[in-house]
Amino acid sequence: MIEMSDVWKEYPNKTMALSGVSIKVNKGEFLYIVGPSGAGKSTFIKLMYREERPTKGHIFVNGFNIDRLKERKVPYLRRNIGVIFQDFKLLPRMSTYENVAFALEVINTPARHVKRRVHDALEWVGLLDKAKMFPNQLSGGEQQRIAIARAIVNNPAVIIADEPTGNLDPETSWGIMKVFQRINERGTTIVMATHNKDIVNTIRRRVVAIEHGRIVRDENKGLYGYDD
Amino acid sequence: MTIRMIGRHIREGLKNMWRNGWMSFASVSAVAITLLILGAAMVVALNAEQLSTYVTGELEINVYLNQQVTDAQGQQVAREIDQLSGVKSVQYISKEEGFKRLKKMVGTQYASFMESVNSGNTLPVQLVVKAANPRETTKVAAEILSVPSVHNIQDGENVLGKLFSFLNAVRDVGLAFVIALIITAMFLISNTIRLAIFSRRREIEIMKLVGATNWFIRWPFVWEGILIGVLGAAIPFAIIAYGYQFLYHYSGGAFVALSFPLMKAGLVAHKIGGILFGIGIIIGLWGGIMSVRRFLRI
Repeated sequence: MIEMSDVWKEYPNKTMALSGVSIKVNKGEFLYIVGPSGAGKSTFIKLMYREERPTKGHIFVNGFNIDRLKERKVPYLRRNIGVIFQDFKLLPRMSTYENVAFALEVINTPARHVKRRVHDALEWVGLLDKAKMFPNQLSGGEQQRIAIARAIVNNPAVIIADEPTGNLDPETSWGIMKVFQRINERGTTIVMATHNKDIVNTIRRRVVAIEHGRIVRDENKGLYGYDD
Repeated sequence: MTIRMIGRHIREGLKNMWRNGWMSFASVSAVAITLLILGAAMVVALNAEQLSTYVTGELEINVYLNQQVTDAQGQQVAREIDQLSGVKSVQYISKEEGFKRLKKMVGTQYASFMESVNSGNTLPVQLVVKAANPRETTKVAAEILSVPSVHNIQDGENVLGKLFSFLNAVRDVGLAFVIALIITAMFLISNTIRLAIFSRRREIEIMKLVGATNWFIRWPFVWEGILIGVLGAAIPFAIIAYGYQFLYHYSGGAFVALSFPLMKAGLVAHKIGGILFGIGIIIGLWGGIMSVRRFLRI
């Protein structure tokens, strides 16, 4: 599903974010990316959805050769990947329904399919009753659920989440993790960068630790491994 | 691309224009003023062209024979000139006829004075010659001048030349002015669209994340430019078309001082319409594409 071999990333300001990373993620896996701030987690994630290009090395995601992917083909890669962020990235002037439908409309989905698919996605995250409300009327956890609904509405093969619980209180975070688990159970690969020790240590999955731009640990059902 | 998509892009483009109301207004005004000046210049140019064709067609050579030539001898000279190649017609104005015309021109105020000089009519015989090809009037005039007993001629070429060089100068200055204005208008449009892009950057970011194609993101901004251009062309077009029609009817279809026929209002609208809308769309499209290229970088 995801494969990186000897990937290096140096930013124009000479910061070396990743130094020779290799990893293989299978379909249906649930992967935590842990490590100190500035260790290269975000770069690692950004390379997967082609927000950044590697300086060196090869990356394959869902059959796309990312290091050779032409600029105009990037949208078609993104349609197979759902991306979720700490700050939700919702459109404030659109309702819950419209925010999710937006993802379908911009990839030119026929109108007759949009309604049913948005309905299904909102049902998945348990927000069907708040379809007509606007983001500022909803809690942080509910807003993140909208973002998740938007990410899964295309039925992507991979969900990539960069600290999805970073802005949420512990209780809400558990609710979000339940949604991720259910998405993973239906066969969707999940890659999640996180600082949440409790979650990693309780919902035990594959843990990849990145420090100074290198993978220093990769174990199944691993622990968080840091004190904070 | 489906009709539904084009409709969506135009709707989004309109939304952009609406959101940046004042900048859009400034851009539309800039295009409108540019095209208004261009349109007005074109109306003048079209009529000047019409005038020059008309005047050239009406061009006559006034030939004055020597004073001592009698009417009988004058008829002979007229026939001689009529034989020259390139001459279309010769109108003979006798001494007496010439005097009548002069009397008419002078008016009733000096009628008694004119009566007193009647007996000693010293006017020369006058011939009014038209060239077969109006453009060769000067050549024909030179030939006529070499005919014996011709005293002098007036071929009007001098006046016409001055008129044309004046019209050319007006055209050149106008053109430079219009080009400068077009550049300003393009700059304003691209600035307006840059603002639209800026105010929608969050939307654009999300569109990119969920896999919208680059052109899907670009089209609304390109349409915004086109809409600004079309709107900027429609306003001066309406002003010029209706304004000219009004002037045309008001003046009775002729230019007041020179009494030459003006170009018909419908024809003027037809001729400037295509050019105004064409340039408007090009300015808008260019402004749109430039800002999308420079500020979207997708």
